[in-house]
Amino acid sequence: MGISRRNFIKGSCLTAGAVALTGKQSEAGVDSPEMRTKGLQTSTTVCPYCAVGCGMIVHTKNGKIVNIEGDTEHPINQGSLCSKGSALFQVANNERRLDKVQYRAPGSDKWEEKSWDWAMQRMAKLMKETRDRNFVTEEEINGTTYTVNRNDGMAMLGAAALDNEECYLLGKFARAMGVGYLEHQARI
Amino acid sequence: MTNHWIDIQHADVIVCIGSNPAENHPVSFKYVEKAMDNGAKLISVDPRYTRTSSKADIYAQLRPGTDIAFMGGLINYLLTNDLIQKEYVVHYTNAAFLVSEDFDFNDGLFSGYDPENFSYNKESWAYQLNDNGMPKRDDTLEHPRSVYQLMKKHYARYTPEKVCEITGTEIQSYMEVARTIASTHKADKVATVMYAMGTTQHTYGTQNVRSYAMLQLLLGNIGMAGGGINALRGESNVQGSTDYAILYHILPGYLKVPTYDNVNLAAYNEKWTPKTNDPQSANWWSNTPKYMTSLLKAYWGEAATEQNDFCYDYLPKRSGNYSYIRLMERLQNGGFEGMVFMGTNPIVGGPDVNAIASGMDKLKWLVAVDLWETESSVFWKRPGVDPKSIDTEVFLLPAASSVEKEGSISNSGRWTQWRYKAVNPPGHAESDAFIVHQWVTHLKKLYQEDGVFPEPIVDLAWNYGDGHEPDIDLVARECNGRFTRDVVIKGKAFKKGEQVPSFAYLQADGSTTSGNWLYCNSYTEEGNMMQRRGKEDPTGMGFYPNWAWCWPVNRRVLYNRASVDLQGRPWNPKKPIISWNSMTRKWEGDVPDGGWVPMNEDETKSPFIMIPEGYGRLFAAGLADGPLPEHYEPMESPVANAMTSQQCNPAVAIPGKINNSGKYPYVGTTYRVSEHWQAGAMTRNLPWLVELVPDMFVEISEELAESKSLKNGDMVTISSERGQIEARVLVTERIKPLRVQGKLVEQVGMPWHFGFNGLATGGTANTLTAAVGCANTTIPEFKAFLCNIEKGGINS
Repeated sequence: MGISRRNFIKGSCLTAGAVALTGKQSEAGVDSPEMRTKGLQTSTTVCPYCAVGCGMIVHTKNGKIVNIEGDTEHPINQGSLCSKGSALFQVANNERRLDKVQYRAPGSDKWEEKSWDWAMQRMAKLMKETRDRNFVTEEEINGTTYTVNRNDGMAMLGAAALDNEECYLLGKFARAMGVGYLEHQARI
Repeated sequence: MTNHWIDIQHADVIVCIGSNPAENHPVSFKYVEKAMDNGAKLISVDPRYTRTSSKADIYAQLRPGTDIAFMGGLINYLLTNDLIQKEYVVHYTNAAFLVSEDFDFNDGLFSGYDPENFSYNKESWAYQLNDNGMPKRDDTLEHPRSVYQLMKKHYARYTPEKVCEITGTEIQSYMEVARTIASTHKADKVATVMYAMGTTQHTYGTQNVRSYAMLQLLLGNIGMAGGGINALRGESNVQGSTDYAILYHILPGYLKVPTYDNVNLAAYNEKWTPKTNDPQSANWWSNTPKYMTSLLKAYWGEAATEQNDFCYDYLPKRSGNYSYIRLMERLQNGGFEGMVFMGTNPIVGGPDVNAIASGMDKLKWLVAVDLWETESSVFWKRPGVDPKSIDTEVFLLPAASSVEKEGSISNSGRWTQWRYKAVNPPGHAESDAFIVHQWVTHLKKLYQEDGVFPEPIVDLAWNYGDGHEPDIDLVARECNGRFTRDVVIKGKAFKKGEQVPSFAYLQADGSTTSGNWLYCNSYTEEGNMMQRRGKEDPTGMGFYPNWAWCWPVNRRVLYNRASVDLQGRPWNPKKPIISWNSMTRKWEGDVPDGGWVPMNEDETKSPFIMIPEGYGRLFAAGLADGPLPEHYEPMESPVANAMTSQQCNPAVAIPGKINNSGKYPYVGTTYRVSEHWQAGAMTRNLPWLVELVPDMFVEISEELAESKSLKNGDMVTISSERGQIEARVLVTERIKPLRVQGKLVEQVGMPWHFGFNGLATGGTANTLTAAVGCANTTIPEFKAFLCNIEKGGINS
C-alpha cells in the first residue's frame, strides 16, 4: 500500500487513517490519538438501509465487530448517520441472526437444523423437478407456435438487499433456469 | 436521480412531494439545509405535516392521490403567465412538435380508447412527420397542433380553484407554491424535485412522475445543477438491483426481456432498437444490438457464437405481464410449485398480504434466504393457521449481512460504491453469492446427466474461481466486460482478455462481453473504479469524480448538455455543470452527456440522447394511459372525479375487493418512520430501534379522535375490504381533515413496517391495501385506499 507523506500525516490524525487512503482493511496506527479504536482493524462500508449511500467505518477485533461509525472522509455523509445507520452494529451482533440452515418438513410445526450439503442437494432436486415438469418449450399464440423456453413452475423474488455482483449472478441463474416470474422490491 | 445527493445544495427551490427526506433519507437533508442556508426555499407537499414539512418555508397539504391535479394547476400557471424558460423549451423539448390531427381528448379519455381491454390504440398520439420522416415543428409554439398549444389547452381546465377543490389544499398556500416554483423559470434559477413512493404507488404513478418532469422541462430545470427529477430510492441497492434487472420485463442495463414473437436475435434487435430519421438525434438505444450480444456472451461465453445466434434461444421469452401483482395472482391460483425469496418479505411488504399468504399455502416448496426469520419464511405458522394443513417444504438459509461480504452497491444518485468484508458471517451463514453459486453448481451437475432443455444451464459461463465463494472481483470484471479476441475498434487496438474501457467500445459481433453495458467503465484495465476514494473536487461543484464510480461513464448529472445554451455556455454561469471551451474545443466540468459540439454547430446532437427524437418529452406517446397526465381518482376514493366522468384511470382494470360504497369512509395511506425500514426485519429485530419505536400505530386527526371518542394510545381496529388490523391510535394535529368538493374528508396514516414475527410485532398495514397497480408499472396503489376505524382491538 503506497502512503504519501501528506496522506500519512493526515491519516495518523484519524481513527481510520489507513482507511482514508485506500478503503481496504488495515491496522489503525499505533500512535492513533483515538485510544478507543487503538489496535483495531478498520474497513469501510456503505450503509445497507436507505439509498443515500452513507459511508461507514467498521472496527473489528479478533474477528468481531466492536464498533461502527460514520466515515468522516465520505463526501456525502461526512461522518453523520441516522438512527438506522447508527444501529448497524446490532445487525452484526445480534442473537436473533440466523446462523444455521433450517428446514421445515411438509405439515410440520417446527424447524429442523440441516447441513448446507443436504439442503443444497434437496433444493437443487426440487428446482430441477419443478423446472422439468413445468417447462414450456413452445406456446401457441393467435394460431402461431412460438418457442418460448420458459419455466413457469417457479418464481423468484428479491433482492434489493443484494450487492450488484450478487444481483448479476442471481439474474444470470434465473434466466438460465428459464424463470420469467422474476421480480423484486423495485416493483412495489 | 438525474442528479445526486450533494447536488441538492445548488437548488434555489426544493420541492419535496411524495417524499419525506427528513424522516426517510435523513442524511440527504444535510444538502437541503445547505441550500436553505444559501437562500433556497423548501416546499413540502404532503397529506401529512411531516418532519420535512416542519422545516419547510411553504407547506401545502394535498389529498393522497391528487398529485396530477396539483401539478396540472402549476403547469397551467406557468403557461398562462408565460413563466417558462422559452429558449430551453423550444430547443430542448418537444413543445414545438406538431401532433397528429387525429389526437383528441374528451371527458377523461384520450383518442383510441378500447374499453373492453382497458387500453389505448396509440396510433393517433403520433407526431406529424415531414417528407424526411422527421416531426414537423413550429418554433413560434403558436400552431394549434403543437405540443405546447395542446398542453396549454389540456391544462387550462386546471384552474387554482378547481385544483384546490380536488386536492383540498388551501388556495393561499397553493398560489404561494406556484409563484415560488415559477420563479425558477429564469435561466439561472433552478428548482429540484425530490420524490419517492408517495408519488409512484398509485394507479397513475408513472403519470405523477411525468407531471413533475414536465414542470421541470418547462422551467428549464432538467440537466441543471440543483435541478432534475430525483427519485429518492428507499433501499441501499434498489437502484443497483434495478440496473441489474431483477425484474420480469428487463435484462441488465434496461435491455428488454424478449417477448415470444422476437423469434431470433435479428427479430429481437429489429423490435427493440429504436430508429430515427433525425441526423441530430444520438438515439443512444440504437446500440441495443451491441449491448445484447455482449450480455449473451457474458452469460454463455464460448458456447455463444454467431452461428447459434449467441445462444439467444436460451433466454426465456415472455408472453404476458409477470409483474409482482400478476405473479401473486398466479400464486393464489396454484400456478407455482416453488418460490425463492432473496431477502424479501412479501407478506408484510406486498399488497393485500392475506391473499399472498394464503397463496403461499399452495406451494410445494419455498426457499427463503435472509438474516432473520421473517414473517414470510414462517407463513406456515402465522396466526390463525394450522401448520399441519400446509404441505410446503420450507428452507430458511442464513445469509451474510452487508459487513460480512464484499461487493458494490449503487445509491440513489447512481454512485456505485464498494463495500469490504469486515468479518465472517455468524455460524453457518453464507453470502447470497455463495448460495447462488451452490445452486448453479448443483444444477449444472444434475443437468449434465439429464433433464429438459439442459443447455442453458450446462453451457452457462460460470468461472468465478475455485474458492469457497465465487470470486466477487471476477464477477465485477465480468459485469464490466472484456474483449474476447484481439480487435481494433475506433482506431484503438485491444488484446483478448482486456477489460472494455467503456460501452462505446462494445460490439455486436461477439468480440466483447458485458454483463451490464451500463456498468461498462466501472472496472477497466486501470482497476476497480468503484473502490476509489479520491476526494478531489476540481470544479468545486461537489461531483467528486474520483470518489467511487457512477453510471453512465462516471457522469454525475444526467442530461447535462441541457444545462448549457446553444453556444455551450452554462445557463447559470455561477453553477456550471459543463461548459464548452471554444479555444480547446472541448467540454469542461462533468463528463458531458455525449461529447458532441454545441447545438449551434454542425455535427451536434440533441441533449436528450436516450429518446429517439432527442428532445425532452412534454407529450409522451409511449405510455399506456395517455400522452399527457390527467387527473383521476384512486381506485378507492371518497369523492367523484371533479374533472371528468372517468372516475379512475381508464387504462387500469378494476379489480375485485374494491369498495366505494361508503362502508369505509376514511382515506388511508402508508408511510415509513426513521427508526424502521421497509418490511421490518432489518429494524424490528434490533433492540435499539425497537426501543425507539416499539409499536404499530395509526395517526388520526384530533377531529376524528373526538368524533370516535378516542384518545392517544387507545387500541383501534382498522378495516378495509381486504382485511383488518389493530393498532394504537396516535392523535395528532399533524393530520388534518381536508375540505374536498365541499365535503370534509378524514385521512389516517400508518407505517407499513410491522408484522407478527420478530422482536417488535404489530399489525401489518398492507393487510388493508389493494392489489391494483399503475397502468404502466403495476406498482401497487399503497398510498390511497379506503378504511374504517373502530375503538377497541380486533377481539374486543
